[in-house]
Amino acid sequence: MTISREDIEKVALLARIRVNDQQVTELEKDLGNILNLVDQLQSADTENVKPMAHPLDAIQRLRPDEVTESNQREAFQAIAPATEAGLYLVPKVID
Amino acid sequence: MHNKSVAELSRALASGEVSSVELTQHFLDRIKQEDGKYNSFITVCEDSALDEARLADERRSQGNATPWTGIPFAQKDIFCTNGVRTTCGSRMLENFIPPYDATVTARFRDAGAVCLGKTNLDEFAMGSSNESSHFGATTNPWGENRVPGGSSGGSAAAVAAGLTPAATATDTGGSIRQPASFCGITGLKPTYGRVSRYGMIAYASSLDQGGTLARSAEDNAMMLNIMAGFDPKDSTSIDREVPDYTATLGEPLKGLKIGLPKEYFTDQLDPAMAQTIRTAVAEYEKLGATVKEVSLPNAHLAIAAYYVIAPAEASANLSRFDGVRYGHRCSDPKDLMDLYTRTREEGFGEEVKRRIMIGTYALSAGYFDAYFLKAQKVRRLVQQDFVNALKEVDVLMSPTCPSPAFVQGEKTSDPVTMYLEDIFTIAINLAGLPAMSVPAGMVNGLPVGLQIIGDYFSEARLLNAAHQFQLATDWHQRKPA
Amino acid sequence: MQWDVVIGLEIHVQLATRTKIFSGSSTAFGAEPNTQANAVDLAMPGTLPVPNEQAFRYAVMFGLAIDADIGRRSVFERKNYFYPDLPKGYQTTQLEQPIVGPGHVDIDLADGSSKRIRIHHAHLEEDAGKSLHEDFHGMSGIDLNRAGTPLIEVVTEPDMRSAEEAVAFAKKLHSLVTSLGICDGDMSQGSMRFDVNISLKPKGQEAFGTRTETKNLNSFRFMEQAIAHEVERQMDILEDGGVIVQETRLYNGDRDESRSMRTKEEANDYRYFPCPDLLPVEIDDTFIDDCRSRLPELPDARKARFKEQYGLNDYDAGLLGGDASLATFFEEAVSHSKDAKLTANWVQGELSARLNAEDRLISDSPISGAQLGDLIVRIADDSISSAGAKKVFDALWTGEGDNVDAIIEARGLKQVSDTGALEAMVDEVLAGMPEQIAQYKEADEKKRKKMMGGFMGPLMKASKGQGNPKLFTEILKKKLDS
Repeated sequence: MTISREDIEKVALLARIRVNDQQVTELEKDLGNILNLVDQLQSADTENVKPMAHPLDAIQRLRPDEVTESNQREAFQAIAPATEAGLYLVPKVID
Repeated sequence: MHNKSVAELSRALASGEVSSVELTQHFLDRIKQEDGKYNSFITVCEDSALDEARLADERRSQGNATPWTGIPFAQKDIFCTNGVRTTCGSRMLENFIPPYDATVTARFRDAGAVCLGKTNLDEFAMGSSNESSHFGATTNPWGENRVPGGSSGGSAAAVAAGLTPAATATDTGGSIRQPASFCGITGLKPTYGRVSRYGMIAYASSLDQGGTLARSAEDNAMMLNIMAGFDPKDSTSIDREVPDYTATLGEPLKGLKIGLPKEYFTDQLDPAMAQTIRTAVAEYEKLGATVKEVSLPNAHLAIAAYYVIAPAEASANLSRFDGVRYGHRCSDPKDLMDLYTRTREEGFGEEVKRRIMIGTYALSAGYFDAYFLKAQKVRRLVQQDFVNALKEVDVLMSPTCPSPAFVQGEKTSDPVTMYLEDIFTIAINLAGLPAMSVPAGMVNGLPVGLQIIGDYFSEARLLNAAHQFQLATDWHQRKPA
Repeated sequence: MQWDVVIGLEIHVQLATRTKIFSGSSTAFGAEPNTQANAVDLAMPGTLPVPNEQAFRYAVMFGLAIDADIGRRSVFERKNYFYPDLPKGYQTTQLEQPIVGPGHVDIDLADGSSKRIRIHHAHLEEDAGKSLHEDFHGMSGIDLNRAGTPLIEVVTEPDMRSAEEAVAFAKKLHSLVTSLGICDGDMSQGSMRFDVNISLKPKGQEAFGTRTETKNLNSFRFMEQAIAHEVERQMDILEDGGVIVQETRLYNGDRDESRSMRTKEEANDYRYFPCPDLLPVEIDDTFIDDCRSRLPELPDARKARFKEQYGLNDYDAGLLGGDASLATFFEEAVSHSKDAKLTANWVQGELSARLNAEDRLISDSPISGAQLGDLIVRIADDSISSAGAKKVFDALWTGEGDNVDAIIEARGLKQVSDTGALEAMVDEVLAGMPEQIAQYKEADEKKRKKMMGGFMGPLMKASKGQGNPKLFTEILKKKLDS
């Protein structure tokens, strides 16, 4: 399986990673090789096999609806790149 | 002092032969003197380690010490440590100081252990050579141009070099076992869900499992005693009793049924490796075990399934690194798109970007069924193979890796050659089973490990099997020159 | 051309849990920004979600209330997209295996008929934070207090055919979730938000046309306006021979305008997959039975009971029974007044008017049901006139008094209904008005009616406003007409 430059550009955009032409060329080769490896999957007969999302067939535990967290804004915002008035700042959000 | 095991140090502290402050200072000095050669630590906690040591000595004098009180250890820099920088080997988290502890961190803290520092790793635990760390490659103490394995290469190298008696680690596709094999030490990846993942920075959530690296099986058992157990903060943690893993180490192996998967012993296996493993298995026979061949017919599909599932989960797990709330942020973003794309371009290294993109691709419209869903089905086939094999035998044995430690730079040009490093280890993560790597011999002057795989929650049996082997052999006591 | 309008709704209902769906952070509204956003909500590295049992309980209660299949095994998935109010870079939601399967809600229409609206499913998911658009040196501010608040998203089949039906459905759903106590229903705070899918097709045609989605409408009025606006927009396009573009639109209620949401720089590809940090949730019979035992009386049942127990007509019963708080208020008032019809009139008349005028909810009415009931007792037994009753109501509303009888006493509003005393007053007043009496006698019936006021004024004055006007009128007529 090969992956096209357009696919790589689309995936990079979905993943929000900037890539330049040179990187796209390298990725074309590397991702292509990885997809070749991965294509072995197609040889497996998986008819009637249920997909497996977790190693153990465990069931989710639910948590009681009790407040366990207190305000730690100061500690969390001390490590934030940009804040003001308790808010995280980002370039203008336009819907 | 640095050649002693955790068990021996624990006894020395208990008898008053040495204090935790002395012990901690000794290891800090060694790190300072020696780690320039290995680059096994990203952050050394000189001040906080000595503070913790003083507290430990105080606690001991008050008579409420645990076996771990005052014992120095190192943490893979993937476990969050309150107040101590946690980088995950990435530029993205170069200056990230979490205001919270991972559950594993909290458990060692509660036991009174002393954290010497944070060890180097492949960026976001994605790698098998420790060469993808933003903080530089780690060197294997067994050879100056050899990789220590990865992703827990810093932890393994630090233990092998005697810079710490023990270190935490994580294993998503072999990241504990392969470095243990390359560095001539003992490592355990527990059953998925045995050790809490809370505060352990996620690579692939359904595969990641915290575990242990130390010289001996006994030390691994002591570590697991601290780390294992149910955590209400991790939905995938299993609520199941934790035995004292040291209590059963001494049990005889008579009647132990060993299976050798024929798919792991083919003509393609390096003869020296095969010979080493067969010699180790013969040692087990001397200890009373029986050996038979078993089959894992879908084993050859494990790498392919893994390289869809792990990158897919990673592609979502790493979306939180967006430059908004913590971590790296590009300078002067002109708009939101620029903030995201440039922050992530600058913050992530090449291998991480490759895996995010592969994962994104495998989940995207039109490819989901052919890749992701197919891989999840193959995952079940792989798991069923192990379940079936483990109905016939108690444990499976194989080489941990196809070869001893390779030379730095040898496998960085093509990611796929690096991925094939995990050919014997990766299926165990898909199945969620526990497995160990135990030093079992030398090939070309370099250590190699024997992999022992057990049924779900059979860590005590694996540790017992490893310990008995270590009573009969001295491979785990060999040290690099 | 004649067009059929086809409408389907997606409604986000915020669940009234104490804590978030995946963390123990408080969900209380109105806290300082980011003071209720903790490690899990902020998607700090290594943190993990643990689901809230109460969110599942509320979702199952909703499912039971709409007669739906309960998802015995539900699975959370990740919906991947980048947005600053979405800290993990994915929303944890349900897709293939939701907690609530197909069900239905019946709505009452203006013509007295009722219509069944099918619910496709309802799923649990987490809310996002908020982007504040005030200017911080050209930047936006992000508040993540709301991030992780539990929602159920209710998805209907495209069963509605007009704005009226859609609004009736929305109101019914509001009534349902507030009656269940699973949502506070406060739309001004975003507790319920509506997305409306609209398409048109030539009248009678089977196949649906291309639809648009108008997002995030947070009042019934805006919803109605937005539908009217969109129907008109699509009709204009279709009648000009154009085609409808499938798109998401934003409606500005203040300007009655809509616009297409900025075309994303790439097509959306949410890459849903099961969240590996969460396991499948299994709901057993015990859990469902427990939820069933918690179900309060639901609007349809309450309406029927109000008709039966209080003899209310269909309209009154539907209105008072439809809203849980209003129903509670009404029943408290009736328990005091013992007069259901008069109480219904006052609740829907004076009380509703005052609440609306001051934009208050029944839950923060300054007058209690008991007080209104006491007031109605005094109206019914003729102790006060209707004018007097309004004065008592005012005093209760403003808090100048809290006991009906004490207010009547203090303000001298008690009405004199002793016919002997009233007759004496009439005789005395008429004795001073011979001219007017003469004019009255000459007048025809129509004119006489008009002239009554001329006698009533002095009479009310003589009685210091306390004479029962009804009785005064009767006595007057008797005397004048004799």
